[in-house]
Amino acid sequence: MIITATHINYYHICHRKLWLFSRGIQMEHTSEVVEEAKLIHESSYPQRSSKYTELDLGVAKIDFYDEKNKVVHEIKKSRKMETAHQWQVKYYLLLLRRAGVPEATAILEYPTLKKTMEVFLSDDDAHYLEEVEQEIEQITRQEKVPEKINKSFCKKCSYYDLCWVE
Amino acid sequence: MKKTYYLFNPGRLSRKDNTLKFTPVDDDGKELMPKYIPVENVSDLYLYGSLDANSALYNFLGKSRINVHFFDYYEHYTGSFYAKEYLQAGKLQVEQTRHYLSDKNRLEIARPLIKGAAHNMLRNLKYYKNRGKNTTPAIDTIEQWISDIDQSQAIDQLMGIEGNIRQCYYIGIDEILKDLKMEGRSKQPPKNEVNSLISFGNMICYTICLDQIYHTQLNPTISFLHEPGARRFSLALDIAEIFKPLLVDRVIFSLLNKQQLKADDFHDGTGRITLKEKGKKVFLKAWEDRLNQTIKHRSLGRHVSYKHLIKLECYKLCNHLIGAKEYQPFKAWW
Repeated sequence: MIITATHINYYHICHRKLWLFSRGIQMEHTSEVVEEAKLIHESSYPQRSSKYTELDLGVAKIDFYDEKNKVVHEIKKSRKMETAHQWQVKYYLLLLRRAGVPEATAILEYPTLKKTMEVFLSDDDAHYLEEVEQEIEQITRQEKVPEKINKSFCKKCSYYDLCWVE
Repeated sequence: MKKTYYLFNPGRLSRKDNTLKFTPVDDDGKELMPKYIPVENVSDLYLYGSLDANSALYNFLGKSRINVHFFDYYEHYTGSFYAKEYLQAGKLQVEQTRHYLSDKNRLEIARPLIKGAAHNMLRNLKYYKNRGKNTTPAIDTIEQWISDIDQSQAIDQLMGIEGNIRQCYYIGIDEILKDLKMEGRSKQPPKNEVNSLISFGNMICYTICLDQIYHTQLNPTISFLHEPGARRFSLALDIAEIFKPLLVDRVIFSLLNKQQLKADDFHDGTGRITLKEKGKKVFLKAWEDRLNQTIKHRSLGRHVSYKHLIKLECYKLCNHLIGAKEYQPFKAWW
């Protein structure tokens, strides 16, 4: 199974979302939050595209990679899901390590908050992510959809209507 | 908020930079002042007038995920430009097919579809009963037919019950309407004004259901109540069953009883009664208002439009297909 950075992100937010996503049931197109994030992504650093390259790692695409300094830049809208963001980015670093660039680091950028955060991949992190990969395989193989988690952030999730409609 | 655009006037629709340009032409073919339609605001297009367009436009519309629905001179739905599917979910499609193939599974979806439709027809009849119309006989007979739905063991049988319910309902409709009467369903061609309106409304309802299905992972050609046909997106017909009484019929009752549509809004072309353009516009305006009307949704706890209710119905089907939750049809509760 191909595990993308989105799988890693969703694993840390909601297993039901992960399961649905793995079955091709995507909902991002319905979400205004996602639309807004996309605009922030496109409009935040207008000079960037010429400086940095887009890096395709096969299972993940890094939008802004600073090849000279080996730094992954990842833009996010808010720090609400910070843990999930960090693991997503650490997964990029793991994929880079697997591709023969072990020294790469990353910067999480929150342009609307004017904040950035450096992210590194430790050996423990790498080990943890390998376990996560296995758990993701297990969850997505399940016949039955995982239960709803009923968190306050469900209301902002693009899967909210699908999960909660009766 | 994206909107549906209905184009009546002849003209040329083209791509101009990254947006849409409509250039109307007058009776002599002379071009008039162009109008610009921001592409971000368009959810879909309904074409009633004759339109010139080129493939560059259709490429652009396809990329923007805008479907175009065509209607002929007699307001018949003739087809759609259906933008490339962008939500593929192989496993869901397999499930959808699997549910169609097993009679037992198929009935588990088809029965609630009929129940929902019948319930919503009853809602209409009861609403007008409370306003002094004699719809009691129709209500009683329909309620008897509804109790047979669970016993039905085959799709044919179920469709038979559906036909009986609908016949009773149409008798009830004539009690509701003040002036113009339906006098039984006639189509291809519709023999009177009410039948013409029902045909027109049902087609519009079918297309909106198709649009909503397009933005989900469901496959529009695999249906449960109707037989998947080669020509039609039959899943849209299934879902439209639930919403026709609520959306189409309510709009028609209100337009006719308030005399916003009258006999002279129709055109009699050798036994084929159709809406004149002015009448169509009146209908579509009321239709749009109805779609955008909101209700507080019980399980979601937020206000949703009728249009969104159609999409929610698609989600409920998805949930049923993946085994998350058994399908329950939308039943108007007010």
